[in-house]
Amino acid sequence: MSTPFYVSPQQAMADRAEYARKGIARGRSLVVLQYTDGIVFVGENPSRALHKFSEIYDRIAFAAAGKYNEYENLRIGGVRYADLRGYTYDREDVTARGLANVYAQTLGTIFSSAGEKPYEVELVVAEVGTVPEEDQIYRLPHDGSIVDEHGSVAVGGSAEQISSYLDQRHRDGMTLAEAVELAVQSLSRDTNGGERRLSADQLEVAVLDRTRPQKRKFKRIVGSRLARLLEGDSAPEPAAEEDGTGTAADADTEE
Amino acid sequence: MEANTRNTGRLPAAFLTPGSSSFLDFLSDHSPELLPGNRSLPPVRGAVEAPHGTTIVAATFAGGVVLAGDRRATMGNVIAQRDIEKVFPADEYSAVGIAGTAGLAVEMVKLFQLELEHFEKVEGTQLSLEGKANRLSTMIRGNLGMALQGLAVVPLFAGWDVDREKGRIFSYDVTGGRSEERGFAATGSGSVFARGALKKLYRAGLTEEQAVTLVVQALYDAADDDSATGGPDLARRIYPVVTVVSDEGFRRLTDAEASETARAIHERRLEEPDGPRASLL
Repeated sequence: MSTPFYVSPQQAMADRAEYARKGIARGRSLVVLQYTDGIVFVGENPSRALHKFSEIYDRIAFAAAGKYNEYENLRIGGVRYADLRGYTYDREDVTARGLANVYAQTLGTIFSSAGEKPYEVELVVAEVGTVPEEDQIYRLPHDGSIVDEHGSVAVGGSAEQISSYLDQRHRDGMTLAEAVELAVQSLSRDTNGGERRLSADQLEVAVLDRTRPQKRKFKRIVGSRLARLLEGDSAPEPAAEEDGTGTAADADTEE
Repeated sequence: MEANTRNTGRLPAAFLTPGSSSFLDFLSDHSPELLPGNRSLPPVRGAVEAPHGTTIVAATFAGGVVLAGDRRATMGNVIAQRDIEKVFPADEYSAVGIAGTAGLAVEMVKLFQLELEHFEKVEGTQLSLEGKANRLSTMIRGNLGMALQGLAVVPLFAGWDVDREKGRIFSYDVTGGRSEERGFAATGSGSVFARGALKKLYRAGLTEEQAVTLVVQALYDAADDDSATGGPDLARRIYPVVTVVSDEGFRRLTDAEASETARAIHERRLEEPDGPRASLL
């Protein structure tokens, strides 16, 4: 029998935090930006099937950096939470704040419970309002804290660097094309100041678009539409085309 | 570990258990009391008095399928509601119309919509049309106990099959038995008369507009002969709910469009009360 070493609680927590942070840093970063018609999610993701961004409910979406199986688990938990709440009460009673709280409690409990390994994930929960002032973006680090963000937020590997880049350049009332361009610039600077060019098939882009007529506001931007957006085609999409390709449902099946 | 999962506000284990993409499975795991199938009625004598919805009709056309329902709910010989809605979108590419006990039917539709949406969000892809039809079958079967006590729910399910690129209709019986219908179908108390009208007027290759006229004609005939089915109420401006599902997705006709069709039919029927005549041979 070995004698257990005494480890101070501070040290234990610091170790766990470092473990989680290292795990998150291995993943690629992603950014979430407000633009005039909603909230846009941009991340580097070569996979077409394993998403970093997902729909949770009508106006609420989820973004995650870190370990896939862990955030996927949390994502499904969130969908179940939202659907159950909407079924028990009403669709309007499902809010990003409530969901962020549940995530924070879950992450916090796991983080501080000695029996479990901390989750190596950092989440963003966003809800689009009817006007930009009502948009909500919450960032949830691995330890269960909640940060109420405005304008722009970055999570993942070089989040700090990207955040400060975004903070300086993001402004209210950007168009979707401007916001995506800024997001891609910030992600391209990712590696030690060197510039890379990210092409459409390396990116995952999704929006919560408050102008969508459907009650479900989440939509993935894929294929030719994404390519056009990246070329800086800032002309607004013709409404007909958007409706044609356009439900949350078939955007999902398009890939 | 167990102590940790209590009273912390964290998501309970059922929420984080991987495996199922079904909301119904999740409910039966986490809060079975919310599932309609888990309720049992105390034995009652005679029929339970509750509003019943009546006639639903559907017909396919070249680019999709039309599903429509009248607006009446009855309770015994009383008209319980004049403007009830019994046809709903199930998801982007399908619609469901329900005859039977109104309260249970609306709950079933709500749960069915949620089931499809939940699967779509979790899996990132839609169920096949057959898959959707089978889920509905299971839900009706769950209601069998109630059905035997007179609280049956009998839906009609119609949708655009994205893979086969055509509109399809599925009808059900109270035990959850499912059958695909060719061309047209009807359910509910007025369905006998509606089906007669559909049979005489339906033909392959209808346009969307013609299919809309066809189903409203069938509802008119059902209302003509079945006291529980409501015809277009011109005085109160209550018209049938008509929905169209095509490759562009689900669309409900606006009141203006529905009223135009209903009024046109009504005008013709002032001259010919029995409606259009099919040829004898």
